[in-house]
Formats: sequence, structure tokens, C-alpha cells
Amino acid sequence: MFITFLDVVIGGLIMGGIYALIAVGLSLQYGVGRVLNVSHGEFIMLGAFATWSLYTVFGISPLVSLIICGPGLFLIGFLIHRTLFQYLRGTSESIGAFADSSLLASFGLLFIIQNLALLIWKADIRGLSYLNVPVSILGAIFEANRLIALLFAVGISLAFYIFLTRTRLGKAIRAAAEDPATAQVMGVNIRRVLAICFGLGALMAGFAGPLISMIYEMQPTMGLEYTIIAIIVVVLGGLGSITGSLIGGFILGLIGSVVTNFDPGLSLVAYYVIFILLLLVRPTGLLGKS
Amino acid sequence: MDSTRVIYKRPFSLGILFLILILLATMPFYVQPYLVILLSSIFMYVIITLSWTIFSGPTRYISLASAAFFGVGVYTSAILGQALPLPVVIVIGGLVSFILALFIGLLTLRLRGMYFIIFTFGISELIRHFLLWWEANFTGTVGRWVVIVDNTTVYYVMLVIFIMALLTAYLIRRSRFGLALRSIGEYEEAATHIGINATVVKTTAFAISAFFMGLAGAIMATRWTYIDPRIAFDPLFSFMPVLMAIFGGTGQLYGPIFGAAIFAYLEEILITKFPYYYMLLFGTILIIVIMFLPHGLVGLVQKWRKGGSRR
Repeated sequence: MFITFLDVVIGGLIMGGIYALIAVGLSLQYGVGRVLNVSHGEFIMLGAFATWSLYTVFGISPLVSLIICGPGLFLIGFLIHRTLFQYLRGTSESIGAFADSSLLASFGLLFIIQNLALLIWKADIRGLSYLNVPVSILGAIFEANRLIALLFAVGISLAFYIFLTRTRLGKAIRAAAEDPATAQVMGVNIRRVLAICFGLGALMAGFAGPLISMIYEMQPTMGLEYTIIAIIVVVLGGLGSITGSLIGGFILGLIGSVVTNFDPGLSLVAYYVIFILLLLVRPTGLLGKS
Repeated sequence: MDSTRVIYKRPFSLGILFLILILLATMPFYVQPYLVILLSSIFMYVIITLSWTIFSGPTRYISLASAAFFGVGVYTSAILGQALPLPVVIVIGGLVSFILALFIGLLTLRLRGMYFIIFTFGISELIRHFLLWWEANFTGTVGRWVVIVDNTTVYYVMLVIFIMALLTAYLIRRSRFGLALRSIGEYEEAATHIGINATVVKTTAFAISAFFMGLAGAIMATRWTYIDPRIAFDPLFSFMPVLMAIFGGTGQLYGPIFGAAIFAYLEEILITKFPYYYMLLFGTILIIVIMFLPHGLVGLVQKWRKGGSRR
């Protein structure tokens, strides 16, 4: 009984840690930049597959890949925002029109990135075997790679939270999330901050990718599922609330773990039920403002 | 000045429309069978996109639940196909979608903007995953066989549904109901203040649009012969109509029709000619369209017309 309990809790924390990371990324892109980036999952997939290639071809450890994939994807995200999304922002009549057109543009990105990945890595299911040695915690057995992934997910989330609350750039980002126009008046270079936010979202995907590749199977088409989970978590935490996304990720992970313990086929169904009930009862999420 | 020109032109464009319809109706007699099949798929997309525009065009509520309504039609066809004659099955498929849309419409009254988009997407994914789980655990088999109907019949049924959808969309646009929908899209609070029952209007339009999607799904299932929840409720059926309608432009009725027809044809060509680069090309075209044609083909045509009249 106790072991099952521990199994479910730690399993939930592992999933939750990764959900929190990917949701924070999406939250930065949507909450601040108004881009509902449906290609977010494709960035995660890119991170995971880059890690796989680096590991199988060059023998580079997934943990080292973290510092290669993260900044690499940050750069890609930054450039995409500077070119594509900033162009759309400039030509859109209103913020609502921009939200619509950027949503469609990110569908375009989804198709392009997924197709490129299919060309490079083929459609096979891949997996890494990295540090899959069993570790016992109070009688429950876990693989070491899962615990390491949990540790890194929590560590990155915390580091990011500190960055957001303690640094100048972090404050500028939060100001831009509150009210872009006023932030600009206060001297925030809004174009740069928005591009950095989008880049940081991609950075989170670049961190999540290697962690996911360590513990789950992967496929070039896996992206959309992670995007959907990220959207659910962001709504759960409250659109635009980055702290809410962090907490929401862990809550959803724990729920998923409990449901999986009963019937693995129902976990996605459970996510959608929670999601829909939440939208009906409290659409602003846990920490969102009404 | 402008309105007189439109009135003057109407008999002329009606004649062209009639001619096109005759051409489409006689098509199976003189073209290759392949073309009939291709045209049926194009019609499928045109119907879904046109009916999506009935609700989402004027109200500007972007619905991503098309896959749910289409899939419900597909599943009705798979479950009832053997027991009942084809026309009955198709109508039931439409009605079940209609009822589902009424239900979803009543649930989502309070949601707007991004929340509405996400909710509609969530509900269609929920149905898909629930069915997958249900079929795996209770019926034992994931997937069903559907009674086959010959290609010409499929084509004619699609044509009839298309004409019905077009007529409905046209009548709605010209009615008080259509005006109410448009005023909700412009400014919902103001619309309720001048006495429009936004709830009833929105839900009705949503259900009407779902009805045609259900019809299209029910007939399309017979061409696939085998279906499962992943095929029937493929999220692409939710995304495609949005893309096609925006590509065509939602300002005029012909926008979504031509948008869907061109897009569907393009998809078919790209898939057969460049199977490995199809999505890459598709995504690139999509981004180019959004960047340079924000009002779709309709916008382009209007721009061109304005330029022409000025000269």
C-alpha cells in the first residue's frame, strides 16, 4: 500500500516536473507574447531527437545535451519571433487579430518542423537507454534516469522562477505580461522582450526535450500531445500566470499518475475532463485574474 | 452607386451559378472515375469549411470542434449503416451532430476568445480519447467496417449536401438572423442591449453548422470502408476548415468555397507529387498566405477590383 502510494506520488512528480517545464514555456509565449504556439511540442521533439542523435552518434550524455539544446532552441525561437511574429504583429489590426494569425502561423511552423524531423529521423519510435539502473527509495524501485529528470526539472523551474522575480530582465518580462503598453512607456524595449520571451519558451522546450528523451519513447509526431498537455496546464494555472503554470504542471502530473495507476488508457481522458470542467467552473484557472 | 451595380449584376451571376451546378451534376458521365473521387474529397472539405463559416465567420468565435461533428457523422454511419438505408443514416448523422452542438453551445455560453477555441478543441479530443478507451475496453475492437457505397453515389450525395449548405449559408447571410450573428461578432454586449438573444442565436448557428458537418461525415465514412476514432476524429478536420476559410477569406460566401477547393486540390497534388515534402510545402504556403494575404483570396479580389475601378 505504502509502496504503491510512493510509486504514484514520485511518478506524478516526475511527470509533473516535465509538464511544468513545457507549460512555463508555452505560458511565456502566450501569456506575454499572445502567440498560442501550437508548434511548442515540435520544439520539444527537436530537443529530444537532437539529444538522441548526440547520444547515439557522438556519445554525448543527455545531461550535457541540455546545455546544447536549450540555447540552440532559444536562438531559433528568438529569430522566428524577430522575423515571422514581429511582422504579423506589425501588420495586424488588433491584438485579437494578431492572436488569430499567429495561431495559424504556428500551425504552419508545426507542419514544417514535423516534416523536417520526419525527413531527418524517419517515422520510427526511438528510445534512449541512459542510466536505467534501479534505485530503491523506501522500498519502491525507480530508475535512476527518472529521478535525475525530476531533479533537473525542479531545478530548472526554480532557477527560472528566481530569474523572473529577481532580475531586471525578469521584471521587464513580468511588466510586459501585465500591460505591454505601460511597460513600453516605462522604458521596456517591448520588441526585444517579446522576442526574448518567445526564445525563452523555446529554451524551456529545449530543456524538456532531453529530459523526455531520457525517460519516454519518442517519435517525430509526438509534439502535438505535449502541446496539448501544455495548453491544459496553462489553463489550469491561469492564462498568463507563470507561477500558476509551475504549480499546475505538478498538479496535472499527480492526477495523471493516480489515473494511470487505475487504467493507463484513461489518463488523457482524465486530462480533458479536468480541463473542460475547469473551463466551465473557473475559466481563469488557479492563479489567473478574472 | 455600388448597390445598383450589384442588383444589375445579379441575374448574370445567378446564371453562371446555375451553369456551374449543371456542369457539376453531369460531371460523372464524361470524366474519369478518378476525378469523381477527387471531387468528392474536395466537396467534403468545401462543405466542412462552408458550414464552419456559417457560425465562425460572422460571430468570430473560432471553433475547433469540427472534428467532433464530422466524426459523430462518421460513427453514426458505421454503427447504423447496415441496419438502415443510406439517406436515413446520413440524416441521422447530421441530427446527432446537431444535438451535440446544441449541448456544447449551451455549455460554452460564458466562454469567449481563446477560451472558446481551447474548449472546442478539448471537447473534440475528449470524445476521441473516450471512444478509443471505450472501444478498447468494452466493444473489444478498436475500429469498425462501414458499408461501401459506389463512388458516383458518394459524389451526388456530397453535391446535394453542398447545395443545401450553400443555400442555408446564403439565406442566413441575408436574414435578420444573419445580421444578429454579425452584430454579435462586432460587439456582443451592444448586440444583447438592442434585444438580440445572443445565447439562442449563437447556439442555433453553431448547431446548423454542425448539422452539415455530420452529414458530410456520414457519407464520407462509406468511402473509407474502415474507420476508428483516430481517423474519424482526426484533429486535422478541426484545423483544416479554419485554415481553408482564412485562406479564402470569410468576408464573402465564395471565399471559403474557393479557399477550401483550392486548398483541398493543392493538398491532393502535393501528397501525390511530393509525399515526403508535402507537409513542409503545406506549412510554408500557410505561413506565406498569413503574412501576405491576411484577408484571404476575397481580400485579394476586392483589392484588385478596387484598383480596376479607380483606373
